[in-house]
Amino acid sequence: MSKNLRWKVLFILGVVALSVFAFYPPDQKIRLGLDLKGGVHLVMRVQTDDALRLETQTTADRLAEQLKTANILIGPVSAVNATSFTVTGVPAEQDAAFRAALTEVEVNYDRASGAGGYTFALKPNIVVQLREDTVNQALQTIERRVNELGVSEPIIARQGAADQILVQLPGVTDVNRAKEIIRSTAQLELKQVEQGPFPDEASARQAYAGNPPPDIQILPGTIEGAPGQPASTGYYAVRRVAAVTGRDLRNARPTLDENNRPAVSFSFNNEGARKFGIFTQANIGKQLAIVLDDRIQSAPVIQSRIDDEGRITGTFTNQEAQDLSLKLRSGALPASLTYLEERTVGPSLGADSIRAGVTSAIGGLLVVTLFMLFYYKLAGFNAMVSIAINLTVLLGLMAYVGANMTLPGIAGFILTIGMGVDSNVLIFERIKEELAAGKNPRQAVAAGFDRVLLTILDTHVASLIAAAFLFQFGTGIIRGFAMTLTIGLLSNVFTAYFVSRTLFELTLSRRQAAKLSI
Amino acid sequence: MAIFDNANYDFIKWRWHAIALSALVIVAGIGYGITKGVPLGIDFSGGTIVVVKFEQPTSVDQVRAALNASMSGETVIQSYGDDANHEILIRVPQLVEEQGAALEQNALAIVNSITKANLGVFEVRSQEIVGPVIGAELQRKGIYATLASIIGITIYIGIRFRFAFAIGAIAATLHDVFITIAFLFFFGYDLSLNIVAALLTITGYSVNDTIVIFDRVRENLKNKRRDSLDTVVNLSVNQTLNRTVITAGTTFLAVLSLYLFGGEVLEGFAFTMLVGIVSGTYSTIFIAAALATVLSGKQAKARAAGTRKAS
Repeated sequence: MSKNLRWKVLFILGVVALSVFAFYPPDQKIRLGLDLKGGVHLVMRVQTDDALRLETQTTADRLAEQLKTANILIGPVSAVNATSFTVTGVPAEQDAAFRAALTEVEVNYDRASGAGGYTFALKPNIVVQLREDTVNQALQTIERRVNELGVSEPIIARQGAADQILVQLPGVTDVNRAKEIIRSTAQLELKQVEQGPFPDEASARQAYAGNPPPDIQILPGTIEGAPGQPASTGYYAVRRVAAVTGRDLRNARPTLDENNRPAVSFSFNNEGARKFGIFTQANIGKQLAIVLDDRIQSAPVIQSRIDDEGRITGTFTNQEAQDLSLKLRSGALPASLTYLEERTVGPSLGADSIRAGVTSAIGGLLVVTLFMLFYYKLAGFNAMVSIAINLTVLLGLMAYVGANMTLPGIAGFILTIGMGVDSNVLIFERIKEELAAGKNPRQAVAAGFDRVLLTILDTHVASLIAAAFLFQFGTGIIRGFAMTLTIGLLSNVFTAYFVSRTLFELTLSRRQAAKLSI
Repeated sequence: MAIFDNANYDFIKWRWHAIALSALVIVAGIGYGITKGVPLGIDFSGGTIVVVKFEQPTSVDQVRAALNASMSGETVIQSYGDDANHEILIRVPQLVEEQGAALEQNALAIVNSITKANLGVFEVRSQEIVGPVIGAELQRKGIYATLASIIGITIYIGIRFRFAFAIGAIAATLHDVFITIAFLFFFGYDLSLNIVAALLTITGYSVNDTIVIFDRVRENLKNKRRDSLDTVVNLSVNQTLNRTVITAGTTFLAVLSLYLFGGEVLEGFAFTMLVGIVSGTYSTIFIAAALATVLSGKQAKARAAGTRKAS
């Protein structure tokens, strides 16, 4: 063996060893995609309009409050849509004072005067910014919730249109629970009850002559029945502005109430405790509404000043109490979410798919090997060794870059076998032609490889172009396929040209070959 | 050993027959698409698919009876995979607007109805819900990716070979995509993400095959300056015939294994690849090079005239 050849063989062995090291043991180092592992793939849209609406409503409320304190008498301040509100009935003599009060509002809103009043519209760049912030906040909240769920290797990312979020949870079996936890807004608010409960919404409105003032809100709530009786729904009139919200929570955990039923206890941070202390002090004897996502969970009477702790009771199961505390701990979503796409693969299907995929890959490899040995004899053996090395390198690289193995990815393996065969056949047929043209084996091998190199490069570049667009197009599972195909193509250039050639040279160096088995 | 010893078939002679045959299949496919509509899977049309595995043998009719009460719209119920698995696939189109929980409503209704019908223990094997927004997005992306990949490959071949060759290669590739889609129609497969992935793979594969022949044509053109382009192309197709058939044959066998053992999920993918491989080989031999000669026809004639004068 020449020195040169020895180095080539050592190099190949080194690559194989590195690859094996990268993917061994495969059940730990090869990441499985959702379709093989089981789990759920969700695409959600963040309803960013919610956040804009809240911003507009809050600004309008604050302005009304501010004008009231400044004794500027105006008509109603009302939100028109998610991004604008109107102020009507500004008396002409107070117009200057009114405008002076607007400095804060006009940071974010453009003012236009219209018939009998002013319209304030959220500035376009602020709209974009708010939407962006909302999606990012939602993303972070979902991340916290998923982390609390304890899913390993989740994917949470923005995708496609600006307001879409992709969540992949491998290995999750209780999909409905996971979905519920991700989706609920979990907006906790503590509000002062003005009146109630009423049996229905109409009678609650009737208490305000059918027209409750803007700072009053009618909310449904759960009214516990007498022991043994089912709970019913009632309606309360509450203050619109919350005394304290979930933003000021420090912690939340499942607990039991005095009747040993599951409940959730929470504690406030310093800011929350201060606000809650002042509020409860001022409202002893009145009812406090514990509102979760615009539904009153309970409305206990405030017995004494409470600083930093509270409890949500209701008709929870243990699981629900646990999930609610998880959601409260990870914070509220800034806007509601709607599902656009859901794909769930049960774990048993994943296991079956692995079996089917591996069976078909081994089946494919077997047929191809038999054919190659039969048709090309020793050269066929060389080809299969180089293809086996190709698959080894492919596995190693996939493990190294952390690409997911998916069912279409297994198809990519089978196609990689096909490509390996293709390149080898191309070379072998060329060598045969050169032999037929009267060259000796050594010359024929050299000419065969040299002539075919360009062809191999051309074909691989063309396939890589297709694979690149496939990657662009694909969702997770298709991407797994494109990734496998790409890595397979790249390593095939190495194995079909370099490894196969080295194997041939090795064969030729062994016997003083007068004949080539091809 | 060789399959074709000193092959010398006159493929160019058959080019018009081949083009006519392909046109026939493609027109039939397009006709099918127009009259019956392009069968889109839920990936593109939106909708819900639930695959349920029963412990006891359960017939499609039993499931249909269970669902009849609750489902509206065109519900497809069919047995899925091997009969011994007792698996049934239920597909419902997307009917509701995407509001809150509405998207998963159909899936929930299916599971509830089956539970109520007392068909024994069952398990939801997989559940796919695609809303219209995502469906439309995937449709757009699928078309874009296929076109972009074809254009990208054309440009590459245009750079590496002469322009007429790029057109020949791309015509062959489009040919393969259309033929494959036609066969998908005839065999009742719905277009899905996996199938589009297979189609994109075929564009790569088909061009692969074509490039091999073009490379040989380029090489022969250098060495055999006296022959007409038709002769050189025909010679090149013959010279590479062994490799074309062996490669196609082995890849076909490997993908056949995928089709037979890869499970229900990959069946459509494998079928697409099988048709694409056969079509790709056929188009490589009969369509790509033939078209390249037709397209560079003027050039070739001029050359032939030139050589005659010189000799």
